[in-house]
Amino acid sequence: MTKPGVDLTPYLRQEMMPTVWCPGCGHGIIARGIATALMNLGVDMDQLAVVGGIGCSGRAPFYFDANSMHTTHGRALAYATGLKMVNPNLTVIVPMGDGDSAAIGGNHLIHAARRNIDITAIIFNNSIYGMTGGQSAPTSPLESHSTTTPMGSIEPAFDMVELALAAGATYVARTTTFDFQEMPRLIEGAIRHHGFSVVEVLSQCPTYYGRLNKLGEAPDMLLYERDRTKLLEAFGPPPEITREEMVGQLPIGLFRNEERPEYIDQYHGLVARAGGGK
Amino acid sequence: MRLVQGNEAVALAAVHAGCNFYSGYPITPATEIMEMMARQMPKTGGVFIQMEDEIGSIAAAIGAAWGGAKAMTATSGPGFSLMQENIGYACMTQTPVVVVDSQRGGPSTGLPTLPAQGEVLQARYGTHGDHEVIVLTASSVVEAYRMTVEAFNLSETYRVPAILLLDAVLSHMRENVEFPDVPVRERTKPVIDEKFLPFGPDAPFVPFGSGHHTVVTGMSHDETGLPKALAGQAVQRILKGVGERMRRDAREITFYHEIALDDADIVLLTYGITARAAREAVELLRQDGVKAGLLDVQTLWPFPDWLVKEKTEHAKAILVPELNLGQYVMPVRATLEGRCPVESLGRMDGELFTPEALVEAAKRLASSVEIGGVAHD
Repeated sequence: MTKPGVDLTPYLRQEMMPTVWCPGCGHGIIARGIATALMNLGVDMDQLAVVGGIGCSGRAPFYFDANSMHTTHGRALAYATGLKMVNPNLTVIVPMGDGDSAAIGGNHLIHAARRNIDITAIIFNNSIYGMTGGQSAPTSPLESHSTTTPMGSIEPAFDMVELALAAGATYVARTTTFDFQEMPRLIEGAIRHHGFSVVEVLSQCPTYYGRLNKLGEAPDMLLYERDRTKLLEAFGPPPEITREEMVGQLPIGLFRNEERPEYIDQYHGLVARAGGGK
Repeated sequence: MRLVQGNEAVALAAVHAGCNFYSGYPITPATEIMEMMARQMPKTGGVFIQMEDEIGSIAAAIGAAWGGAKAMTATSGPGFSLMQENIGYACMTQTPVVVVDSQRGGPSTGLPTLPAQGEVLQARYGTHGDHEVIVLTASSVVEAYRMTVEAFNLSETYRVPAILLLDAVLSHMRENVEFPDVPVRERTKPVIDEKFLPFGPDAPFVPFGSGHHTVVTGMSHDETGLPKALAGQAVQRILKGVGERMRRDAREITFYHEIALDDADIVLLTYGITARAAREAVELLRQDGVKAGLLDVQTLWPFPDWLVKEKTEHAKAILVPELNLGQYVMPVRATLEGRCPVESLGRMDGELFTPEALVEAAKRLASSVEIGGVAHD
């Protein structure tokens, strides 16, 4: 967590302030977490690319004073893949929303994970489509309410951590906007990690999700996040976790941090074998 | 001299043009371009990646362009349809990128191994919103080579996606060719000061990592790249400017061939693979005493209205044969505004026109406009 008085403004694009995010929205807390991680790591902003998709989270690239790309819905990871392969010196961060990561862009997420390309995906999960006014997402819990599930959702939600683990991401973490002290540490680890990193941050949308599901105001929703999650360590080592044990308590923390051949390194090896090295 | 396939010529031309990024997804009849690039890119130090679909392919190519690459992807109709949203993104963000579409019978899965010219309007109007793009086509292997290099050059010059339309026959046929030495437009490293506007008129393309913290967005934006107030007016100004610069240079960027147009009563206006039969048809028609000529257009878009007007000035009728149900005939008619009959001859059955079919259609057209000397057989 940033200590009071720490100045993050050098990392933020002042001309785009204030943000479009609603009062009480958790996305600003995540943006602060990212900026704090960038500061702690001393990332050169000339060599940082923030590549986002569409929706509330998609606006995040505008707010970082770096190379910013606001792409099409769900495709940010594909854009980022081309960008990173051509210029591996860039640190590439991809903020993703519920639709970007779990619906329209789900295909790109699993393939980026499978390749293990050195990109950091940060999933801003607020359980709903906010920009379009509160529709159900693949991350909306069963029985939750939205404008397109007025009688409650009949679809189970994706567990983005399980999805990322299964698809082969080599750094996988989950945290919440309530756990703002842990969040920058996990994001720092993700940026440092050489491979595909996924950090899911559970965020609050008081405007739509909170209102439609009677969860109260933003502070109430932060407490709700606290109560529905449990630090991973409390469950013991990962193999002991069963789905039944997790009901009502979503584990948070670092799920995986392991080395596996990184995609661009692999490609460069292939170039060397083909005799195309410069 | 060597025997080269159309798709192979495209890949070789791309390497000649400086292409150093290729992303794609296998699809008939474009796959050989991808297979060639999978071998060529590692050898030349470039990047090749097989993406998870065509949407990812075009997205990765645009991302690679912003990483500093000359990027290309190739596909066929179904994939080209999937790419449209992101081609629009490249237009909006003024990103140079080359998209090859080897046309096959459609709609939908259609006739995967047979030729068509069904994407002539889609290539121009397939995305939502208005914008200008470059669309080139070719009728021979050597032309496919030349037009691929020109697609890269024009894409760089105007900072637009350049689309090269091939078809299943041209992609797969082999011809003996001697590759011409087509000049390549190289990128210059621009000077960036604090007044630099990344989306200003004629602004050079400055990739990420250059020190300028560019904002690239598909939202309407002004010359700074930011989606500020009055962005609608700004983006109208910016994108209209792109079109104006192309029209200013229309004579330089319009590639075409002509045969016997000086005294032609009947003009066959063709493009792509159809031009091959039309060349022979004009010869046969002349032998039969019909004053026929050929205008074979290679720069399909921006539409060369000036060329069509000039070259058909004395024509009594125009025949537009194409492998669709009448697409390119529409701008031809709109340009000539009823000055003479413009007849559409279309087919979408996966077959090419024979010269004889074109001769017959031309004679029928000639007799309908009562051109003297036509044998009514």
